[in-house]
Amino acid sequence: MKLFKYLIIIFFLFSLSLSNAENNNLNNKIAKNLRCLICQGQSVYDSDSEFANSIKIIINKKLDEGQNENQIYDFLESKYGEWILYDPKFGKSTYFLWLLPILIFLIGGAILVKLFIIKKN
Amino acid sequence: MKNKFFSASIIIIFIFIFFIFYKGLENSNIYTPKTNVKKNVPFFEAKLFDSSNKIKSEDIFNKNNFYLFNVWASWCIPCKDEHPFLMKLSENKNIELIGLNYKDSILNAKNFLKKYNNPYKTIIQDIDGTIGIEWGAYGVPETFIINNDKIIKRIIGPINETSFLEIKEIIK
Repeated sequence: MKLFKYLIIIFFLFSLSLSNAENNNLNNKIAKNLRCLICQGQSVYDSDSEFANSIKIIINKKLDEGQNENQIYDFLESKYGEWILYDPKFGKSTYFLWLLPILIFLIGGAILVKLFIIKKN
Repeated sequence: MKNKFFSASIIIIFIFIFFIFYKGLENSNIYTPKTNVKKNVPFFEAKLFDSSNKIKSEDIFNKNNFYLFNVWASWCIPCKDEHPFLMKLSENKNIELIGLNYKDSILNAKNFLKKYNNPYKTIIQDIDGTIGIEWGAYGVPETFIINNDKIIKRIIGPINETSFLEIKEIIK
């Protein structure tokens, strides 16, 4: 019986730390996807500037309020513009960015097909 | 003939891509948020500087006249440069100055105001920087001019002679 009690306590503690870790993971994931606006080339996660620290606090607060990842991105985008997001959305100014890799892939494929398959035949 | 067309099109594509990247080099990679957008004043609740009372944003910006919302801190050196301009603006009756004390210790902030005088009618505290984020601010100092609950002008960095004259022109 005593052993059973201990097991329950251990299980409880373990699940507590697990849920905490999950929240931390999401925190870090969001912070890694945000650009620090005052430190060039660093994410909010990497940076220790005043700005980045405040953003981290905001992420924590919003997660505690029950907001999800996308809601936090939308909130920060409305305040700072799309530049703060590392993952640019598909739009008027970014369609080339998104389509270029596919285009290069297709052209490369066409070259290979032409060189190896058509020539063989 | 077909082969020639093929290699020519590849060269054209590469020139096109090169041109785009070359053009991209000319762009500045220092980002400043758009300043010409008329946004509403964000909603917030903050602690007052000299008491433990809290104040809501609608209690601050409740009149129809102009407001100047200034993000400052005692540790911020450019804030000292813009301080004389704020003092001059505080004498103007058409505008009310609101200070947001950003990530500062109260004692240092009080000493700062004692030394350089206090231009603000109301000062609120932002200990963790979250109110600054509600405003879309990302550094100190930063200044917003507000009229009718709308942000009509934003100055990133210290107020200088030019922006001071611009503010005077707006509130005339």
